[in-house]
Order: sequence, then structure tokens, then C-alpha cells
Amino acid sequence: MPLYHTEDQAMLAQSVTGFMADEGGIKQQLRHWRDQNCKDGFGHGLWKQFAEMGLTGMLAAEADGGLAMGHVEAGIVLAEIGRNLTPSPFLTTSVMGVTALSEASDDLRGRWLPGVIAGETVLAMAIDEGAKHKPEKIACRAERAGNGFRLTGAKDFVVHGASADALIVAARTSGSDSDADGVTLFAVPRDAAGVSHDAVRLVDSAVASHVRFDGVELDGSSVIGEVDGGRALLNKVLNAGRIGAAAEQTGVGGGAFAMTTAYLKTRKQFGKLIGEFQALQHRAAHLYSELEIAEAAVIKAQQLLDGGSERAELMVSVAKAKAARVCNLAVREGVQMHGGVGMTDEYDIGLYMKRERALTEFMGDANYHAERVAQLSGY
Amino acid sequence: MSELEAFRAEIRSWIEANCPQEMRAPVQGEDDICWGGRNFVFKSAAQKQWMEVCAAKGYTVPDWPVAYGGAGMNPAEAKVWREEMARAGARPPLSSFGIWMLGPALLKFGTEEQKVHYLGQVARGEIRWCQGYSEPGSGSDLVSLQTYGEDMGDHWVVNGQKIWTSYANKADWIFCLVRTDKTNVYQGISFLLFDMTTPGVTTKPIKLISGSSPFCETFFDNVKVPKSQIVGQLNRGWDVAKYLLGHEREMISGAGDGAQTSTIGKVLTRSGLDDPMLRAELAQFDIDALAFAAMGEKFLDEIKVGRAHPAQPNMMKYAGTELNKRRHELLMAAGGSTALEWESEATRGGAPSRSWLRTKANSIEGGTSEVMLNVVAKRILELPGA
Repeated sequence: MPLYHTEDQAMLAQSVTGFMADEGGIKQQLRHWRDQNCKDGFGHGLWKQFAEMGLTGMLAAEADGGLAMGHVEAGIVLAEIGRNLTPSPFLTTSVMGVTALSEASDDLRGRWLPGVIAGETVLAMAIDEGAKHKPEKIACRAERAGNGFRLTGAKDFVVHGASADALIVAARTSGSDSDADGVTLFAVPRDAAGVSHDAVRLVDSAVASHVRFDGVELDGSSVIGEVDGGRALLNKVLNAGRIGAAAEQTGVGGGAFAMTTAYLKTRKQFGKLIGEFQALQHRAAHLYSELEIAEAAVIKAQQLLDGGSERAELMVSVAKAKAARVCNLAVREGVQMHGGVGMTDEYDIGLYMKRERALTEFMGDANYHAERVAQLSGY
Repeated sequence: MSELEAFRAEIRSWIEANCPQEMRAPVQGEDDICWGGRNFVFKSAAQKQWMEVCAAKGYTVPDWPVAYGGAGMNPAEAKVWREEMARAGARPPLSSFGIWMLGPALLKFGTEEQKVHYLGQVARGEIRWCQGYSEPGSGSDLVSLQTYGEDMGDHWVVNGQKIWTSYANKADWIFCLVRTDKTNVYQGISFLLFDMTTPGVTTKPIKLISGSSPFCETFFDNVKVPKSQIVGQLNRGWDVAKYLLGHEREMISGAGDGAQTSTIGKVLTRSGLDDPMLRAELAQFDIDALAFAAMGEKFLDEIKVGRAHPAQPNMMKYAGTELNKRRHELLMAAGGSTALEWESEATRGGAPSRSWLRTKANSIEGGTSEVMLNVVAKRILELPGA
């Protein structure tokens, strides 16, 4: 399969690009909700529009009312979300949440997916414990109790957690913290007794929760997939989230780069456009090269993931690490090349820097994925 | 089964049946490469056989038209061919500047007669070509070249000097940039082809820091070149040269070349090193190598259907050569003092250090990294005054 978009995908990209620029722009969405100190950090009206565009259920099966598309298509949406810094629950809900629910019972899918597809339901992922992503270790425990489970423990960096109708929780149902087996995924409704959120606004204006589960009673129907056998599904969810975040980062990096090259073509110093200076030209050209390579790594990983290749996992980590490094370079160069105005809140370039930092931490930073590349390659 | 899958099955079984076992081992060094040409000495019977069976089917240049010695494969088929060759671990049957550089230029700018004659010779491995571009005073500023062809009616008389001519001492013919109008800088250059045995042509190898001499100085002293041996129009050779440079840069970038884009982290386990800092550096490198491999694949996919930016080979050359230099820095670090050995059996005659030194030319030859960045800034980013 060639490493560029098919005609259908190009058409999707065209409509999503227009939609996100028109409706999801920085002024209408990110700044608007930030300046209102919105408790969700995103607008529910826009989420509804995502549904009208057919984006919310793009990864869901046709039998569930979805479009049965793949990660290449989801990545098209995420890249535009990144380019416009559009705040939305798309990645946690329609990418990771829907991937998790793909292996859920008919009951669970019936309970959550229609709302997701209608743009009325928000899902959040409760996976991380502590300040760094390390899902190999899961201490949050769900003990068997009667016909169900009792969930106890804490989760961090649960993006959109307090706004979510349900949390997808990775919990330990047997074994010790670092065992591969003994992990189970649960769909925990927001009104379950014993769930508490410490919701915190992050640097990029998104809101994430520290979540506590104090003996939350769950019946068996909230289990997603196999009890104790959830590691494979968790990995699938993680891969979806990682490649999704990487795609969003290429959009963030590309957006910052476009803004920066435009600035190089308008700002004058020493009687010249600063883009005439070779010192800046070479840095911009290097950045272009890196952005192209990051995009190639991302689409390669998306295709391998959609094709069910055994190399997909390695390439997802390659793409996440590469996109993180390159996007980071793009925002650092962006602020530096903007000079003083790059430090002001009035200019958007700083907003790109903030989103980049948050996306890098989401589902594993560049060092986490470098370690993974080494391990998956056998060294 | 789709048509393409049937094609894949056919290619797979053909390679299985025809590629000698000896030609399925990785290329270890320069002398494993089959260059072809009048003076080429095959390293083994298998090497000769592999080139000949491929040439008979047009597989030395699979995507060239059948009329010019190719197999007429479309982009999708050519990709299948590359994938199946890689799968079998088969060596390229023939490598040459004729295939990578002159061929594409002739396909675009050559007359029908030139295509049939010269491309056929290249495809069959009969003629080995070298490239006469750089001059002592014209490196990055190539267009300032001074080698001059004086118009003598039915021929030119060429005088001047070229430098960094790769394998000039082993090549049969040269494609050469010659000034044919001293009053016009860009539109005063012609693209000429001539036989290296023409009286007045002499070559002198240049010894490099790696100890080997792949490059030569090439001197022209009243060399007679018939007028029929021009490619494209008189004084418009710069167009041909630029087009060809795109292909040279693509080649040097290593796009689609498994050897240049492969990962190296496993040297750590092979050599039993316990060095966490080096391991981290190797992992970062492997990420960049795998990402660049994807870029190479994407670039080739796009260029075949005309979707790549025309200046994209410059970006590929920049990124690919910088990556390759880093690869060899890390391989030297992983090799430690063993990799310092200049002449030993353990290092197959100093292969690690010689290869490491050779790669330093990657970001100079065919346009320096700095020139590549200039071109990207100007033609792709459209920055002012670049």
C-alpha cells in the first residue's frame, strides 16, 4: 500500500481541514473556553458537530452504528485537531474509548457507543498511576466481591476525567503490580459511588483528574473483555492512543511551523525580512525535513496498525518518539524565531508549545518509547 | 488473487529459481558490487550469472520501458520487485551511475536513438559510466564551471579539468558538463557524452582519508566530441544537470536502500556491551533510522506518481546522509578500540574505520548539506532572498 492517502482519505482530509479551521480554530475554541475558565476545557457544542460530521464513530464497527474506519482516518482528524489546537474529547473517546469498547459485551457497547456516536457521551482513560506513563505496572486493584468487583486505588493524568460519562479503568484483578497478566479493563460510570475527582487545569488548558476509587462497587457487566486477560486489549488501546497522539503532534508541529515560516516572511530587522538570514533558513529547512520524516513514520505506523501487522507495535513507538522530538523542536524554534512576541499570550505560537508538552507526556514520552523500541528490537 | 498478488507470486518464484545462493548474502564491501562495463572483472561466476539472467528479463532496470532494456514495470510492480528482492535478501544484479543518474536523464531528455543505444548498453551492464561535474574551482558553485568545448563544426574540442569523478579510472564513458558559451552562465553549458578512451582523456586517482581512491581527477586535452553526442539542446545542459542531480541526491540519500536505513541497536547484544548510555543513543538512532526508512518508502511512492515536491530529493539527501554519518559514528563507538584497527583480519582490513571515514563525504558529494538546506529554504519553503 503506498504511503499516501487514498482518494477517499484525501476527501476526508479536505472536509476535516475545512471543518476544523472554521469551527475548531484557536480563537473560537481554545482561547474561548480557556478565558471562560470552562470546567471541561472543551465545548460540548463542537463535540456535537464532530458527530454531525460523522467523526465520533469513525472507528466503531458498522454493526454498532460506526464507520469501521482505521487509524489512518482517525489520524487525519487528529492532525487537524493538532493544527488548530482544537480542544475536544476525540482522542480519549472516539479513538481510545471506542477501541476499548470494541471488545466489550453487547450490553456495554449498547450502553455507551450510541451516546459516543451522537456526540453526547465523553469517555476518559484511567491508565496512568503517578506522573510518568508506565502501564507495565498497575497497582489500582479490583477485588472480587459478590457477583462483581470492588475497585480501590488512584489514577493520574485522566484527561477530561471529570467531564466524562464513563472512565475506562485499567485495574489489577490478580497477581502483583508488575505482572503482565491479571489486568482487567472496566467501564466505570460517572455516578458510581466512591469515585472522586481532583480536577486540575493543565498547562495546555485541558482539564485532567487525579481520580480516587474508594471501594467502588462494580457489577460484572462493567468488565470489558476477559477478567485477568485484559493486557492484550490494554495494549491495543495504548497503541490507538499513542499513534493518535503522534498524529496530533504532527499537526501541532506543522501548525507551529507554518506560523513560524509566515513570520519569517513578514518580520523585518536590519532592514531585511528575517527569513533572508541563512542562519534562520537552515534551521527552518532542517525542521521541514524532520517534520516530513515524522509524518512518514506516523502514516507507516497507522497503516501497519490497520493491517494488523506484527511490526505495528514497534513502529507505533518509533512514530510516537519521533513525532514528540520533532514537534518539540518545531515549537521551540517557533517561539525562538518569533522573538519577544513569541513570549506573549497574545501570539498563538506559545499555545502550540503548551499543547506539545501535554501531548508528549500523553501515553509515553520520547524516552519511554525509545526504551520500548530497544526492548522490542531485542537489546 | 489480485493481479498484483499474482505478479508478486511470479516474481517470488522467479527470484527463487534464478538467484544464485551466493548472491543472497549481504554485500560486505565495495568488491561485492557488480558495476558492469568493458573492464569489469566479475568476482565470481554467480555474480556474472545473476547479472545476465536479470538483464535478459529487463530486471536490472525493472521500471524502464522494455524497448530500452527494462521490464516495463509500473510503480506498484516495481515496489513489489524491491520488496521481493529484499525478502529474498538478493543483491542488486547491477549497480551503476548509468542506472541511477544518466538513465533517468536520458529517458527525459534523450533522442529515441540515444535511448535505444545508450540505455540498452546500461541495462545489459556493457558500459560503465562516470560523471564529469565538479571542477577544482567549481564545487558547491557548480555553475561556474570552466571546462570549455570549442565549436569545430561537426564536433567540439573539449579542454579542461574535472575533479571528484567517481571511478573515472574504471569507467568506459563519461557524461560531462561542458561550457559551450562563455557569455552566458546558466545557459552556456551543454551536457555531452563521450568515450573515456578518446585521445586526450587522462585520469588520476585521489587518495582519500579512508585510504581508498574512489574519486579521480580527470583531464581533457583537446578531446574531440562528435555533435551527435549531446543530450538535450545546445547550451541548455544545466536543465539536464539539475534533473540528474535530483536522481543523484535520491541515490545518495539511501531512500529505498535497506543497508542505509537499517537499525543498529543489536550491535550492543552481539558485542556483549553493558553500556546504558550507548544503548540509549542506539535506540534514539534506531528510531530515526526506522522513521527515515518510512520516509524513503513514502518518497519513492510519491515520486513515482508525481506527488513529491520537485525539490524533495534535496531534503532526502540532507536527512539520509546526516543519518548515515551518525550511524557510523555510533558503530565506531560500539566497536571501541577494535574498530580503530586499520589492517586486521578481525576488521576485514579496517572496514569499520574506513567506512566511517568514507561516510564523511556523503554530506559533501552531490551537493553539500548546506546547499541542500539552501535549496529547501528557497524552493520548498519559499523563504525570501534565499
